[in-house]
Amino acid sequence: MNLYENISSNKRKSIFLIIIFFIIIGFLGYSFGLYIGDAFIGLGFAIIFSTIMALISFYSGDRMILGMSSAMPADRKKYPYLVNTVEGLAIAAGIPTPKIYVIDDSAINAFATGRDPKHASVTVTTGAIKRLKRDELEGVISHELSHVRNYDIRMMMFVVVLVGLIALLSDFFLRTMIYGKGRKDMKGGGIIGVVIILLGLVLAILAPLIAQLIKLAVSRKREFLADADGALLSRNPDGLANALKKIKDDKEPLVEAANKATAHLFIENPLRTFRGSVNSLFSTHPDINERIKRLEAF
Amino acid sequence: MANVVLWSIVGILALIVLYIVLTFNSLIMLRNRVNNAWSQIDVQLKKRYDLIPNLVNTVKGYMKHERGTLAEITKMRSSLISGSMQQKAKANNAISEALKTIFAVAENYPKLEASENFKMLQEELSGTESKVAFSRQFYNDNVMILNNKIQQFPSNIIASMLSFKESEFFQTAEAEKKPVKVEF
Repeated sequence: MNLYENISSNKRKSIFLIIIFFIIIGFLGYSFGLYIGDAFIGLGFAIIFSTIMALISFYSGDRMILGMSSAMPADRKKYPYLVNTVEGLAIAAGIPTPKIYVIDDSAINAFATGRDPKHASVTVTTGAIKRLKRDELEGVISHELSHVRNYDIRMMMFVVVLVGLIALLSDFFLRTMIYGKGRKDMKGGGIIGVVIILLGLVLAILAPLIAQLIKLAVSRKREFLADADGALLSRNPDGLANALKKIKDDKEPLVEAANKATAHLFIENPLRTFRGSVNSLFSTHPDINERIKRLEAF
Repeated sequence: MANVVLWSIVGILALIVLYIVLTFNSLIMLRNRVNNAWSQIDVQLKKRYDLIPNLVNTVKGYMKHERGTLAEITKMRSSLISGSMQQKAKANNAISEALKTIFAVAENYPKLEASENFKMLQEELSGTESKVAFSRQFYNDNVMILNNKIQQFPSNIIASMLSFKESEFFQTAEAEKKPVKVEF
């Protein structure tokens, strides 16, 4: 699969995932609506609410993320080294130069966000600028630019928002079921109505977990792909491998401005609290040792 | 029966025409991408061209013994923006080598090394150097995709029918492929 095919396959998968998430959301809304009396009000509410949220995140999600992470625009005069590196690799990737931001933090980390390569930004910690050698920084930046070029940034933005919405709606549904009185005179009720409500209930319990697991699986898969594409972009897998080693051996790898909502964006989990081999269903990133091993095998 | 045969033939012909149209369009797209990638290299070479006089002006006050190298850089500079692809590549390599010498010699002039202007020029020049390398890489990637399409069956038939030419790779000296390290 060449790069351009990879990009269109990724776009298709994003659409597929979004449809799946919308079906879950629609079903939750429908069965909740059925429970409170009108199935289509519930469905309509869930779909309209999710669409609005998805659109907001599509157009301003990146600004929210940058704000949350206290990222500042990188000045060309102050960070010529970073700016030149990003500009150069953007040329190699054949994408417009993304906006460049820095986070004032001594940990080595970086992330990319945005909705497409024309509206993208790359953020790097000042620790990464100071402590990485040129080829290592190039490795990190090319990993991030691969996320941009492959539309991972858009995909992850949608996935995160929809996962959050599913959690929110499920929670709302369950609370109403437990604490609310409900209606006994359901329109179009009967056995089928009860079954749908029960299914909705089961979905409300399971969906947040499943959606979360999908999100994490997508995130891990995208990290591996961005490592590989990044290595191809910088023509130097060792650069990224060495940067990851530095992050691994770092005494203080935590990025203070990162939180659970933004952790998956970073090149390596900024909330990591323990060392060793971690490659569980619940991690945002693949095991760092495995990533280094794959890069060194190139 | 005759109808079925007729329609099958029409269908196959339509598919062939469709294939030719799509292949033609993708060849055009790839060729435009190659041309665009090539102009990216030119943009970077032009930046180097613009930076060199600044560098020469900054260092010439200090470097009495390196007058020759500086004159050589100035002379080669014009080849960055005119001439064939091969000439530009050659001039670019030669200038990179000469700049390495200048930056190495600069260590003997602490005042020069400490000057903000020189530091900025050094970063910008090594920055454009890697940008030239990256734009060349992007160009060569696109050339490879275009050439594959021109050579591979069956698109090669259409490419030769419409006389698409393979593009030339931008070659460089072995030494130039390694990332340039400028120590501060």
